[in-house]
Amino acid sequence: MAKKSSLHVIPVKVEPASSLSATERDAVLQACTELKALAGALMPILHAVQAGLGYVPKDAVPLIASELNLSRAEVHGVLTFYHYFRTQPPGRHVVHVCRAEACQSVGAAALEAHAKKSLGIDFHQTTADKTVSLEPVYCLGNCSLGPSIMIDNQLQGRVSPRRFDELMAKARAT
Amino acid sequence: MSVKVFVPRDASAQGVGANEVADAIAQEASRRGIDMQLVRNGSRGLYWLEPLVEVMTDRGRVAYGPVTPDKVAGLFDAGFTEGKAHALHLGLTEEIPYLKNQERLTFARVGITDPRSLQDYLDHDGYRGLKAALALKPEAIVTQVMDSGLRGRGGAAFPAGIKWKTVLATPAEQKYIVCNADEGDSGTYSDRMIMEGDPFVLIEGMTIAGLATCATRGFIYLRWEYPDAKIALDAAIAAATAAGYLGDNVLGSGKPFWLEIRMGAGAYICGEETSLLESLEGKRGQIRYKPPLPAIAGLFGQPTVVNNVITLASVPIVLDRGADYYRNYGVGRSRGTLPIQLTGNIKRGGLIEKAFGVTLRQLLYDYGGGSLSGRPIRAVQVGGPLGAYMPESQFDTPLDYEEFAKLGAMVGHGGIVVFDDTVDMAAQARYAMEFCAIESCGKCTPCRIGSTRGVEVIDRLVAGQDAAKQEILLRDLCNTMINGSLCALGGLTPYPVISALNHFPQDFAKAAAAKAVG
Repeated sequence: MAKKSSLHVIPVKVEPASSLSATERDAVLQACTELKALAGALMPILHAVQAGLGYVPKDAVPLIASELNLSRAEVHGVLTFYHYFRTQPPGRHVVHVCRAEACQSVGAAALEAHAKKSLGIDFHQTTADKTVSLEPVYCLGNCSLGPSIMIDNQLQGRVSPRRFDELMAKARAT
Repeated sequence: MSVKVFVPRDASAQGVGANEVADAIAQEASRRGIDMQLVRNGSRGLYWLEPLVEVMTDRGRVAYGPVTPDKVAGLFDAGFTEGKAHALHLGLTEEIPYLKNQERLTFARVGITDPRSLQDYLDHDGYRGLKAALALKPEAIVTQVMDSGLRGRGGAAFPAGIKWKTVLATPAEQKYIVCNADEGDSGTYSDRMIMEGDPFVLIEGMTIAGLATCATRGFIYLRWEYPDAKIALDAAIAAATAAGYLGDNVLGSGKPFWLEIRMGAGAYICGEETSLLESLEGKRGQIRYKPPLPAIAGLFGQPTVVNNVITLASVPIVLDRGADYYRNYGVGRSRGTLPIQLTGNIKRGGLIEKAFGVTLRQLLYDYGGGSLSGRPIRAVQVGGPLGAYMPESQFDTPLDYEEFAKLGAMVGHGGIVVFDDTVDMAAQARYAMEFCAIESCGKCTPCRIGSTRGVEVIDRLVAGQDAAKQEILLRDLCNTMINGSLCALGGLTPYPVISALNHFPQDFAKAAAAKAVG
C-alpha cells in the first residue's frame, strides 16, 4: 500500500505584523500592487508611497520587503540612503532651501539662518502648528536667479529674507 | 487677427513670477476683447530679464522684460501687442546681443517653440535627425557621432561615439539607453532647460542612440528637484508615442524603442553613472567597481549607453546636419558647442551656448556684465561643486577641456559660479569637504572618512592651531582622496579645496594673522 503523505503544504503568505494605520497600509499595498512588476520597482514604489502619504512610514519597510521579496535590510537601506525620502509626516507645506554654491554667492547662508530663525525650527523639523517642514537641498537648477527655495513643487527665485517671510505667510494661510 | 504672445513656463521664469504674468496678460486681453494666443514657451536663457514676454510681429518676435503683473496693463496701453515702445521694450529678441552672439545648436529651439507641441517641433526641423538615422545602418550612425567629436557633456568628456561603438559591438538580448538627467552640480541647469523647453530633442536623441546600438529600451533618470521637467517630458513622451515616434515600430521602421522616466531621490552621487544604474535597479546609489564598463555590463547587467541630457540632445543636429557641421565649431579636441551657464553673483546670468574656445573673461564681463553686487569678481568655480576655484589671473583661459585640465580645473557640465570679493575661500573649501561628507555613498574609505577628516583639518587650519602642520596634513589628505577614491566625488572634491588654498592662502590664515597682531 502506498504511503499517503500526511503533510500538505499550503502556500500562505503572511503579512508582516505592523502598526500601520488602515490608510497607510492601503497606500503601501496599492503602490506595491501597481508598480511591483516594473524592473527595479523599489524606487518608484517609495516615490508613490511618499506622494500619497507625504512620507514613507518606517513600518512600511517589512510590508514592502514582503511584497517585493526583498529583505527588510535592503528596503531600509534604500529608504534611508536617499535624502528625499522622509519617514515622518511633513507639515502642510515642505520648504526646501538651496544650500549650494551658486545660491551661497548671493546670500543663501543668510537666508538659511533667517528661515530657521523666523520659523523657529532647524532643518528636518516641522513647525509646531504643522504648517511648514524645512529641508536643505543641493541645487534646484535656478542658479542664475538665487537664492532659491522650493515650496512643495513650486520654485521661487531671488528670495530675500523679506520675500521669504511673505511667501511663508501666504503658504501658512493655505 | 489673433496676436501671439509668449510667456515662458520654464521653472526659473516661474520662480520670478511668469505664471502670474501669464495670468495677468490673459485677463487683460480678455478684458480688452483682444484675440490672443498665449504660448508657454521655454526660456531664452536671458534669466536676468525673466519673466521675458515676447510678442510676434511682422518684423519678428519683440521682447519685453522683466515683466511684473503690475506692468501688464501699461504694456497693453503702450501697444505691446504690436511691438510698440515701452520702458521694458527690448527690441527684436534675436537682436539682443547676449543672444545674437551665441551659437545655438543644441538649444536651437529652446525658448522659441511650444514644448508641448510636437507639430511645433516638426515645424522647426524636429525629427530630421531621426529620419536621417533611419536611413543608416547602426555602424554608420555611430561613425557620424564619432566623427562629430561629441564628448560627454555631463562632465567626464568621454567621447560619446566610443561608448556607443562598445555597446553596439557587445551582443545581448536586451540593451539599454540611459539618460543621466540627475543634474546635481550647482551652477548648472542646461539639462533642465532642454527638458522643460525642448523635450522632444532629448527623446529624438535617445531614439537615435537606440537605433545606433540596437537598444530598444530607454530610461531617463530624472532628479526629483525638477518637477516641471517631469511634466514636460511626460507630455512629450505621450505625444511622441501617439504619433509613432516611440513604441513598437518607430516611424514604421519595424524597430521598437520604448522610453520611461524614473525619478531620483536627492542623492548627488546618482549623477555618477554606475550609482545611477544601481538606483535604477532599485538599490542604494552606491558606485560600482569598473571594469566591467556599463557599455558592456550596465543596467541589469546588460550593455548600456549612459549619456547626459545635453550629449543626447546634441545628437539630432549631428545626424541632421552631418558630423562636419558640428565638428567645425570648437577648438583643439573640444569640438562643437557647449551650453555654458553663467550663474551666482553675476549681473546678467543665463544660458550661453558657444563654440569651445571662448574665455572666462569674455563670459564674465562681455556677457555677464560683472558681478550682481557691483563688487569685483574674486573667484569663479567652474564645473560644479567638484570644480576648482579660479582666480582673476586665470580668467583668460579658453573654455576647452584640455586647457582647463592643465590648470587642475575642469569644464565639467559648463556651469560657472561667480563670487565677489566678500567670499571667504576657506569657508568654500570647508563646504566642499562638508558636501562630500553628506553626499558620499560610503563605498570607499578615502571619500567616506577623508571628507569628514577634511572638514576637521580645515577647521584647525583656519583656527590657527599649528597651521603649518595642518596644511601639510590637508594636502596629504587631498592627495589620498584624489588617488585613492573609487569615483569622481572623492577624487575631485580636493580640487576646490587645493585651488582655494593655492590661490587664496590669506583666507586660511586670518586667525593666525589676528593672533600675530594681537
